[in-house]
Amino acid sequence: MSEPGRHRYVSTDRRVREDRRFVVGKGRYVADISLPNTKHVALVTCPYTAARIVSIDKSAALTMPGVHYVLDGAELAQATLPLMTGLETPNVPRRPLAFEVARYAGEWVAAVVADTRALAEDAAEKVKVNYAKLPFVLDAEQALEKGSPLVHEAHGSNVLLDKTFTWGDVDNDFAASPRKLSLRVKWGRSSTVPIETFGVVASWDPWRDILDVYASIQMPRYADQIGSALRLPVSSVRVHHDVDVGGSYGVKRGIKHTVLVGYLSRRLGFPVRLIEDRLENMRGGDAHGPERLFDVEVAFDDQGIIKSMKMRALENVGAYAGRSPFQLGKPIGAIVGPYKIQSVRYRAIAVVTNKTTQEAVRGFGQAPTNVAIERTIDEVANVLGLDPLELRRRNLIRHEDFPYTIPSGTTYDSGDYHTVIDKVLEHTSYEELKKERDALRAQGKLAGIGLAACLEPSGGNAMFEALLNPKISTTTFMDSCRINVDGIGSITATMHTTSSGQGHETLVGTVIGEVLQFDPDLIRVTRPDSLNSLPSGTPVGSRMAIMLGGAAFHAANKLKAKFTAIGAHDLCIPADRAVYERGEVYDRNAPQNRRTWADLVQIAHRSYHRMPVDMEPGLAVSHVMQVPAGGKLPTDDDRVQMYPCTSFEFHLILLIIDPALGRPEIVKYRIGHDCGVVINPKIVRGMTMGGIAHGIGAALYEEFAYDGEGQMVAQSFMDYILPSAHEVPPVEIIHHCTPSPNTVLGQKGSGESGYLGAPAGVANAINDALKPLGISINRLPIKLSVLGDMVAATQERKE
Amino acid sequence: MRIELDVNGSKHSVDVEPRTTLLDCLRDQLGLTGTHAGCEHGVCGACTVLFDGVAVRSCLMFAVQAQGSQITTIEGVTPGPGELSPVQDAFCETHGMQCGFCTPAMILTAHALLANNPSPTREEIVEAISGNICRCTGYAQIVEAIALAAERMRGANRPSELRK
Repeated sequence: MSEPGRHRYVSTDRRVREDRRFVVGKGRYVADISLPNTKHVALVTCPYTAARIVSIDKSAALTMPGVHYVLDGAELAQATLPLMTGLETPNVPRRPLAFEVARYAGEWVAAVVADTRALAEDAAEKVKVNYAKLPFVLDAEQALEKGSPLVHEAHGSNVLLDKTFTWGDVDNDFAASPRKLSLRVKWGRSSTVPIETFGVVASWDPWRDILDVYASIQMPRYADQIGSALRLPVSSVRVHHDVDVGGSYGVKRGIKHTVLVGYLSRRLGFPVRLIEDRLENMRGGDAHGPERLFDVEVAFDDQGIIKSMKMRALENVGAYAGRSPFQLGKPIGAIVGPYKIQSVRYRAIAVVTNKTTQEAVRGFGQAPTNVAIERTIDEVANVLGLDPLELRRRNLIRHEDFPYTIPSGTTYDSGDYHTVIDKVLEHTSYEELKKERDALRAQGKLAGIGLAACLEPSGGNAMFEALLNPKISTTTFMDSCRINVDGIGSITATMHTTSSGQGHETLVGTVIGEVLQFDPDLIRVTRPDSLNSLPSGTPVGSRMAIMLGGAAFHAANKLKAKFTAIGAHDLCIPADRAVYERGEVYDRNAPQNRRTWADLVQIAHRSYHRMPVDMEPGLAVSHVMQVPAGGKLPTDDDRVQMYPCTSFEFHLILLIIDPALGRPEIVKYRIGHDCGVVINPKIVRGMTMGGIAHGIGAALYEEFAYDGEGQMVAQSFMDYILPSAHEVPPVEIIHHCTPSPNTVLGQKGSGESGYLGAPAGVANAINDALKPLGISINRLPIKLSVLGDMVAATQERKE
Repeated sequence: MRIELDVNGSKHSVDVEPRTTLLDCLRDQLGLTGTHAGCEHGVCGACTVLFDGVAVRSCLMFAVQAQGSQITTIEGVTPGPGELSPVQDAFCETHGMQCGFCTPAMILTAHALLANNPSPTREEIVEAISGNICRCTGYAQIVEAIALAAERMRGANRPSELRK
């Protein structure tokens, strides 16, 4: 690990190279890609919450000019394999188009292919589907009940996963604790809802046997999954990584879309494209996030020291198993948050219902879990009459305790939580903030302070897969970088995945520039297609600073070592006397004896006779990076090292609620953030700010609400409310740096920062504001209408 | 039907259906793909273009309605190959974006604001961009970019297309 503050380019306030193309409208998004003779898809969707597909009449659609094909689920199911899920649930197959039964309103039933999207939409209206309605279930708890309608009858129940973990002596700790408290917290169904919908273009070349795929994708093992479903060797699937993705934050997993258009392109012989419209994206695009019910119980003493926790998390995954059940697993790596809770019982239950299928969402289930923990912490403070900040201070892991192993087996690498909090409070005295709140209350306002101390596990290794499904034995989740110095001496590096705004080209350039002491702006970074790529786990699990940054660092060091060896050999000095500096190699004992970059490039590319014996000619290096710290399967008692790094964030919020309208307004927002060594400050700040905005949305505004008949009622941006510039307050970010011992530069992840604590902080602020009324709310999002009604009802009762 | 459009100072004759939106016409027929489709129902603002200097949503207009007006897209405010307008440069300076999808629309909205108000307050900037949703940034670095651009433009000769 290099020392923080000793960097030439890392941590300096440099521009983000990707920005230049975006500000002029020259990003290359999937909808901008036009292959000759491309045809367009529109979808026929099921209007019912659950229905058997009796018949599909395509004739009227097929007679329309410009219409090429109507594909139904029966043909597709016959020709392709179900999509990968990760759980052992063979009777819950997931397919791009409903086969025999449609299981949620909006599920795709048929796909129409036409010359233009408009024609395809016209024709989709002419496809006549005869349905027989089936009973349905929407609520997760009802789905658990015996006699509930079965979403997948052959599966025999609605339960996909029900696993209880006990780490430590929970029963004894509860028995020995003088105080207990239980709390129910609900996280409503929302998602990341990128402004660009998902889109994909597939083009089959039957003479080369290659399926070219251009997609707005953020998906591990994407090519593998396409190949498996289409029964193609993965070497026949060429995913183009040089496609800019217009936001994802986890959800752009469009595997079903890709298998659909991939099949159509092979079947029809021309490129086929599907760009979701907003309704397809929000309803049938299978991109919803967690909908989770927590029952939390904690055991603690009179001083507020929390000894033990029981948590039951019930996830309503929707109609099919996407990545969602695993989102119950990831939080196991930070199941006690930043606190010294010594034993935990965790029951994770995932049920299917007749709602839209979920995919991965920013934080992979950690943000809801953090709300459950942080609401509980505040309630413990409440019952003891202790200040919630003081209660946190008493329970937080102390700096000297690191590395700290939590009951579920993950060792937190580093942290200094008390100092981060102190730094935030240097900017805003807590006592003065409380005075400000009390003054607002004295004016008749409902005012509250919200605190949240949350962790962002980072450097994703996906070990939750093996924890939740013992048949999975994956212990690596790689990322890679290749560097080539050409014959004239310029540097080209490669990365092997798409990006959705995280600035990975800047990351790679900065890290290589740092190691080689070379202006990062002069380092070209490219994205070869999947057939020319090294392994990449893709930008999930807040991992790229650690994993792609790590791969770039190691590759650059290999290159530096090669330069040094070539220089030493040519200078006829021992290797340990050769010094690499800014592209030159010189003799430590006689610095005037040196080889320039041009000399070294000349030797490597053209003068093999001057190379060290047995060294490969040229200047090409690569590194495939293993996730630090992990690499082992879970133990028999279900303990495992999950993510290698834990970033910390402390939110401090002052909020008022208009007592008449119930409208919350954030007056002050401060966050202390420690993600170790920051590689690019502009990027990290943006991630944190964007995460807070998203978290405010999840806490107050955003929900895929359903009516009692299973129709999703938030189908547009007029009903699903994304925070605008008005709803996001100015935020002051206070940085702290506790370098990670597990990473090459001391960096940790920040891709989910802000989002992992903002919902908890806002929920705590609302509850503090409601405290004088004697009411509380533990169901997110805390919508204006609900809040207004609650406040009015309480005030009426009091009057 | 054949219509004449004035886009970025050039006249274009295009054949459109009456139902073709200005957004689809710009992207599909004129190849101006810097204008993006986000929601196609007038909320997100990703499709914003300047219509006689006013920021409007091109998804809510038919192409035929644009006849006789001057349309400016992101391609039209870029000074030349490899060059950036002061607003574009300021967005790069503050990193007022991440994925870049809402960015062209944000920049056009900022151009429209600054053309009429060279010294906007924070509140005025927030109001101006409140019809443009950015899911990545939480807006802070966008607001800063526009303030920075305003400051720089006040100290420089204003580009001719913004002098009204």
